[in-house]
Amino acid sequence: MKEIVVVSGKGGTGKTSITAALAFLSSEAITLADCDVDAANLHLLFGVKYDEGEEFYSGQLAKIDQNKCKSCGRCKAVCHFDAITESEGQYFISQIDCEGCGYCARICPQTAINMNDNMAGKLYDSTTRFHTPMVHARLGIAAENSGKLVAKVKEKAREVAVKNKSDYILVDGSPGIGCPVVSSLSGADYVLIVTEPTVSGIHDLERVYEVVKQFDLEAGVVINKNDLNISKSKEIKEYLQKNKVELLASFPWHQEFSESLALGKIVGEKENSTLKPILIKLWEKIKESI
Amino acid sequence: MKIAIASGKGGTGKTTVSVNLAAYMSSKYKIILTDLDVEEPNSSLFLDKENYDKTIISRMVPHWNKSTCISCGKCNEVCNFNAVIQIEALNEVVVFPKLCHSCFACSDLCPTSSLPMGRERVGLINHHFHKKFDLIEGILDIGQEQAVPLIARTIAYTDKHYSTDYIKIFDSPPGTSCPVIEAVKDSDLVLLVTEPTPFGLNDLKISVEVMRKLNKEFGIIVNRAESHLQLINNYCQRENIPLIAKLPQSRNIAELYSQGKLVYRIDPQVENEFMKISQFIEIKRAGK
Repeated sequence: MKEIVVVSGKGGTGKTSITAALAFLSSEAITLADCDVDAANLHLLFGVKYDEGEEFYSGQLAKIDQNKCKSCGRCKAVCHFDAITESEGQYFISQIDCEGCGYCARICPQTAINMNDNMAGKLYDSTTRFHTPMVHARLGIAAENSGKLVAKVKEKAREVAVKNKSDYILVDGSPGIGCPVVSSLSGADYVLIVTEPTVSGIHDLERVYEVVKQFDLEAGVVINKNDLNISKSKEIKEYLQKNKVELLASFPWHQEFSESLALGKIVGEKENSTLKPILIKLWEKIKESI
Repeated sequence: MKIAIASGKGGTGKTTVSVNLAAYMSSKYKIILTDLDVEEPNSSLFLDKENYDKTIISRMVPHWNKSTCISCGKCNEVCNFNAVIQIEALNEVVVFPKLCHSCFACSDLCPTSSLPMGRERVGLINHHFHKKFDLIEGILDIGQEQAVPLIARTIAYTDKHYSTDYIKIFDSPPGTSCPVIEAVKDSDLVLLVTEPTPFGLNDLKISVEVMRKLNKEFGIIVNRAESHLQLINNYCQRENIPLIAKLPQSRNIAELYSQGKLVYRIDPQVENEFMKISQFIEIKRAGK
C-alpha cells in the first residue's frame, strides 16, 4: 500500500479536482483522505454526506470558576497570549486567545482555573458514490490544532486502507507550508505538487518544494492552466529541470474544470472528456515513479 | 481602521483584492498593506521592489542548562505540548522547539532556573517603501510550522509603524483555523473573498460561522463572477450578508495576474467594483 499526497503551496491551483479525477479514473483500489481539514471539499465531488462522525478532542482550554476566584490577578500576569482580561475586579479567559498551555491553572493559588478538553473537530469514515472508502474531517468552528486533526485523518485512512486492501491512499492536502501540510506529508511515499504558471504559483511551488526536500520525499509536478502564461510555464519547467523534479503532466486552461465543478462532477467523468487521456497518463506516470 | 481580506478556500483572489484595493484607495487615503499569509506571501510580487527594510523575527523557546539541572522533572510535568521531555535514565532534558508554544511555564517554574528562554528565528518581516503606499510582509522560514507567532508580530510591527489614521489592509492566510483567526481577530472589518462554485460556497459558509463566532463585521466579494452567481447571491440574501462587489470572470485578468500586474484600471467595470468596495469601507469607517 502506497501513500500519495497532493499539495500546492498556493491555494486554488486544482489539488482537489485532480485528486478526485485520479481516484475516479484509476483501476486500482483507492482509499481517499481529505487532509484539507480547514476547508474540506473532496466530499462535494463524491456525493458523500456527513454522517454522525467521531468527535476529535485535542488540546485544552482554561476556564475560571468565578466562585473560587479571589481576583489576585496572577493568572493574567503569567499568560503570554493576552488571553486573560480583567473587568471590575473579575477575571475572564478568552476561549479564542487561550493557547491551552495550562500555566495559569498551575499557579492559581485558589485552584480556580479548570482545564477542559477541547473538541477540535469531527472525523468521518465514509463511502463515495463510487463505493470508494473516504476519510475526511471537519474542524470545529474557530478551533485549533488542525495539524493534529490531519494526523488523525491519515491514521484512520491507513486503518481503512488496510481493511479494504487498498493499493493506494490518495491524500488531498491543504495550501501553505505550515503544520497541516507538514502533518499531511508525514509518512508519504510520493508527493504530487500542483502548480500554475503565475508569479505566485511559482513562488509558492518553490517554497513547498523546499519543505518536501527537507523530508527527503520523492515528488512530481503538474502544471495546471499551462497556457495561461507560456513564459511563466517555461520558468517552472526550468526550475524543475534544475532541481531534477519530474514534470508529470500539463493541463490547459480548460472549461471542463469549472464546468465539472459547477455540476459537482469529477473532471474526466463526462463522456468525451478531453482531459481524461492526460489524467490517465498522469496516473500511469505516478505509479511508475513510486 | 483595520480591514482583513480573508477566505476559507485558497486561490479565490484574496491577494488580487488586497493589492488592487490598496492601489485603488491610495489615491484618496493613507494606506498600508500587510501580507499576513506568512506561509505563502504573494502581495510583494505585484509591486515594484524598490527598497526595503528587513527584520529578523524570533520567538522565545527554552534552552536546557545541564550544569544546574537537578532532574526534578517539573518541566516535563508542566509542558502541555510535549515540547520538554525528561529522559530519567540519561539524566537529560530534551527540548523540541517546533512543539513549543512559548508559554514560559517550564522556564518560570523550574526551581533551579535551568531552562532560560532564548531566541529562535521563525522568519522575516520585509518592509517595502513605495511612492503610493507601503507594504509589510511576514515570511515564515521554510521548516517552521507555526505561523501564528509571526502573524502576531507582523500585525504588531504594522501598528508600531503606522498610526490609526491609516487604512490598514491585511491580506490574510486561507483556511478557517488558527492562522486566519490570528490574522482577523483584531480587525474592524473582514472582507471574505469567494467564488461561485460549490467549493467556494461550502468554504464561505464555514468562514461566515467563524466570523460570527469572533463577532466580526464582514461582507462578501465574489471573484470570477459569471455563471452560477445565484449560488452566492441566494446565500447572502438568506443570511442577510452584504454582497459588496463582483469581480468578473476574465481571461484578461487571469493573464495579468499571472504576470504580477495590477488589474483595477483595466476597464470601467472592474474599476467600478473597486469603487464599491472603497465606498463600503468608507461607510463603515464613518460609522465607527
